[in-house]
Amino acid sequence: MKSRIREFDSSTLNESVRNTIMRDLKAVGKKFMHVLYPRKSNTLLRDWDLWGPLILCVTLALMLQRDSVDSEKDGGPQFAEVFVIVWFGAVTITLNSKLLGGNISFFQSLCVLGYCILPLTVAMLICRLVLLADPGPVNFMVRLFVVIVMFAWSIVASTAFLADSQPPNRRALAVYPVFLFYFVISWMILTFTPQ
Amino acid sequence: MAAVDDLQFEEFGNAATSLAANPDATTINIEDPGETPKHQPGPPRGSGREEDDELLGNDDSDKTELLAGQKKSSPFWTFEYYQTFFDVDTYQVFDRIKGSLLPIPGKNFVRLYIRSNPDLYGPFWICATLVFAIAISGNLSNFLIHLGEKTYHYVPEFRKVSIAATIIYAYAWLVPLALWGFLMWRNGKVMNIVSYSFLEIVCVYGYSLFIYIPTAILWIIPQKAVRWILVMIALGISGSVLAMTFWPAVREDNRRVALATIVTIVLLHMLLSVGCLAYFFDAPEMDHLPTTTATPNQTVAAAKSS
Repeated sequence: MKSRIREFDSSTLNESVRNTIMRDLKAVGKKFMHVLYPRKSNTLLRDWDLWGPLILCVTLALMLQRDSVDSEKDGGPQFAEVFVIVWFGAVTITLNSKLLGGNISFFQSLCVLGYCILPLTVAMLICRLVLLADPGPVNFMVRLFVVIVMFAWSIVASTAFLADSQPPNRRALAVYPVFLFYFVISWMILTFTPQ
Repeated sequence: MAAVDDLQFEEFGNAATSLAANPDATTINIEDPGETPKHQPGPPRGSGREEDDELLGNDDSDKTELLAGQKKSSPFWTFEYYQTFFDVDTYQVFDRIKGSLLPIPGKNFVRLYIRSNPDLYGPFWICATLVFAIAISGNLSNFLIHLGEKTYHYVPEFRKVSIAATIIYAYAWLVPLALWGFLMWRNGKVMNIVSYSFLEIVCVYGYSLFIYIPTAILWIIPQKAVRWILVMIALGISGSVLAMTFWPAVREDNRRVALATIVTIVLLHMLLSVGCLAYFFDAPEMDHLPTTTATPNQTVAAAKSS
């Protein structure tokens, strides 16, 4: 009996919930750091997880919500629309990359694309803060600048991880959909108008 | 897929296989000896065929080889089957886009660029880009037109993305399907020398939509004359690509049927562009100028007319 309990101790089943959560959070945080300071490393690819993309996607979708009750007239993206765009966009890009002959696994690619939304989520945060000031062209220019910088950051980060998985004669074909994906998300962030 | 193994070594006219219904398949081109060979969708052309209009453009870097039985014909439920439709390199995609932008009389887009290697990358991503280009440009253009109005509240109009996506993808897939069905039906009645597979038609339509991406971006300019000139130019270019592609496929037919087909193709294309322009881009009022000191009369008039 005692030996069996000792066996279980070496697995993660008996550890406290706090340990489990902290371990996963640390992994997610480490990947956030990798995205913010992109250099060619395999961490994002090797230990992929989808927690980070989920957290980022939900945060982004929540922040893109408006305060008004009748969001029908608003014309902005609903929560579900943002979710669908992010996840189906990522899946489509992954499928495209695999169909072109890339040697990256499905979930690795999803992981990278999801994590590289982090700069754009930061941009959304900054935009919401900037929008608390009074509106005007200066307000818009600031937001435009922030979104452009973060958009470029996302592209650089994701290309650093994804470009190597494609043969060189198709790299541009695989990177262009990533560009389109982040461009659409940046557009949603830039055109956000609270009401 | 039919037994492609039968189609080696210059076999002619195996009418039982649907692949042989594509007798305009030229010799096989393989860009890279290390790459997996593409499947050969039909017998190579005989020398006796009249291809007076067609210039092959052999200045490509494609090496032509006879596939000696190394064809891949995976069943349609495997991933490899769909990989054959994405077997293009960057320069090939660029060449095809270039071919759709510069229609040269006498050069057939399918013959010259697609060459029995139709891809789905171009059509899919060109349509995706076009969807977002139209939606975003329409939104921007409306914003700029209504900029001075006091009653105007900017909305991102996100609904229009899904509408645009439905329209564009339906056009890019259903019209080729209808056209392919029609050509197959006519093939049963009149022996046409040139016939295209469904994917080649999808490919042509997809690449011919590329011109509309810069057109949609330029439609932001809120001048009616500019917009209609752009419509004409874009229609001229992509319409001529389509017409020159499909004319060899119908010219053996009854004169009126052939002409009606080409006219319908161009007409549908025009319908798409004019419809998109009308729906996504508000009409720029000629008398509406964004002024900061608008008199109440002007504001009311502008609000009423928009």
